[in-house]
Amino acid sequence: MIEETLDFAPLDELLDRAKAEKMGLIPVLQQTQEIYGYLPAEVLQRIAKRLSLSPSQVLGVASFYAQFHRHPRGRHIIQQCDGTACHVRGAKNIITAVQDQLGIAAGHTTPDMKVTYEVVYCLGSCALAPVAIIDGNVVGRLSDARMTELVNELP
Amino acid sequence: MFEKVLLRNAGVPGSERIDVYLSRGGYQALPQALARTPAELIDMVKRSGLRGRGGAGFPSGLKWGFMPTDPAITKYVCVNTDEGEPGTFKDRQLVEQDPHQVIEGVIITSYAVGAHRAFVYIRGEFFDGMKRWVKAIADAYERGYLGRDILGSGYGLDLSVHRGAGAYICGEETAMIESLEGKRGQPRKKPPFPAQAGLFGRPTLVHNVETLCNVPHIVQRGPEWYAGIGTPKSTGPKIFCVSGHVNRPGNYELPLGAPLREIIFEHAGGVRGGRAIKAVIPGGSSTPMLTPDQLDTPMDFESLAQAGSMLGTGAVIVIGEGTCMVDVTRRIARFFAHESCGYCAPCRVGTRRLAETLERVETGQGRPGDLDLLAGLCEGIQGRTFCPLGDAAAAPVRRSLELFRGEFEAHIRSAC
Repeated sequence: MIEETLDFAPLDELLDRAKAEKMGLIPVLQQTQEIYGYLPAEVLQRIAKRLSLSPSQVLGVASFYAQFHRHPRGRHIIQQCDGTACHVRGAKNIITAVQDQLGIAAGHTTPDMKVTYEVVYCLGSCALAPVAIIDGNVVGRLSDARMTELVNELP
Repeated sequence: MFEKVLLRNAGVPGSERIDVYLSRGGYQALPQALARTPAELIDMVKRSGLRGRGGAGFPSGLKWGFMPTDPAITKYVCVNTDEGEPGTFKDRQLVEQDPHQVIEGVIITSYAVGAHRAFVYIRGEFFDGMKRWVKAIADAYERGYLGRDILGSGYGLDLSVHRGAGAYICGEETAMIESLEGKRGQPRKKPPFPAQAGLFGRPTLVHNVETLCNVPHIVQRGPEWYAGIGTPKSTGPKIFCVSGHVNRPGNYELPLGAPLREIIFEHAGGVRGGRAIKAVIPGGSSTPMLTPDQLDTPMDFESLAQAGSMLGTGAVIVIGEGTCMVDVTRRIARFFAHESCGYCAPCRVGTRRLAETLERVETGQGRPGDLDLLAGLCEGIQGRTFCPLGDAAAAPVRRSLELFRGEFEAHIRSAC
């Protein structure tokens, strides 16, 4: 992997604000992830140091929640729901089709960093089952054909 | 036909806007509530029979009564918008389409328990819900429904929104409190209950969104009117989220005690393709399945307990004939294994073993003793975990094994 040098300036600005506003650790991590797209190890260490927390406490929280990512993610994010309602309405076939199409297993990113494909649990849109979220937009009543078409259309 | 209470504004154009809410009679319960004493309001909610809509069904009035009345003690109210029980999508609709109804409920509830600070905890995945909350709260401040001296009553309340970061367990009230404090969402030991020591160690009342939405209507139309809806022990309206193999999946608001058959066939349009029903999950993925001969079960807390299941969140997932139940069970087990917080061994290890074993059986790699192993694992989990997640994981697997044993046995011989 290519070593990237991280720009800590926006992080330090956030942490100054976090200290002044007594922000909780979760909003700090959420906003940090908005800056870097994920939570690199050196960033977590810097957060711990600046907020006078133990590194284990910060890593503990960052690793607990599904929406915190400790590895770089693709330019497009696809989250396929496989909750009970989506599952009985055919999410399984969609997952198999997309995994074949992208050549990666769910939970991974294509080598060109274009797409991260994740299987998630109930998204609370069961009336539209099966559903997925593509780059933040909910798409419902999917079929495997429709989904592979949507994946193909990603710029 | 039942006159909708909680979803009466849903579907009205612009229902999320404060002006539309006001034009439809919104924020009229609030001045009535502020003119009463907190003790009177607690008594009203007790008499209404309102029970929590987040899954446990605990009497709300009783919960309010547990909060200390000493005004010198700082108290908090938390609004649970961490709707994550698979199959459930009612709170999302309430927040997205009628956020002011929730806010009115929050203000009245906070006033009744003497809290001046309330927090919304919303699921990280609910992008639209988050935006609606933020906008609705800003508008409520601007019109004087939030902030200092609400409607000239001398009572003040601040409300803010906090986003979760993806953890099913944070729907459990003490895990939510931990998460709001910036920690891993691991449930706390009870007692002390949140009403004694909750958020930041202060007495805290946590309520589900749907529960709070009932409060303005109880104040405005009276506890007797409310108690007249539903059954004697399960009062009021309930939103049933119907999904799976039905023609018209969606949220349907009906009195508690509505028969399951009516919900599926009259409201959700029956089963797709006219197929027969194989099983129904009545209250979200953690509730044990019902069989077609149980379709006349009234959907209320008592009747479902009698039927060997739970009302849960009221999320009805209909499973049609031709569905592989081993696969459905495996999927549910995998969800709970993923969502186990890892704190206690029976849940951390037990849910993982359940999922692995079911995975094996489903793919035709099952071993002769696997069904006994599964039953033994359920036995080792149920009643032995730190919080209810363990029971939620084991109960549906156990029921599925009982109901569809032949199908599991056939899978051990060869996958379907």
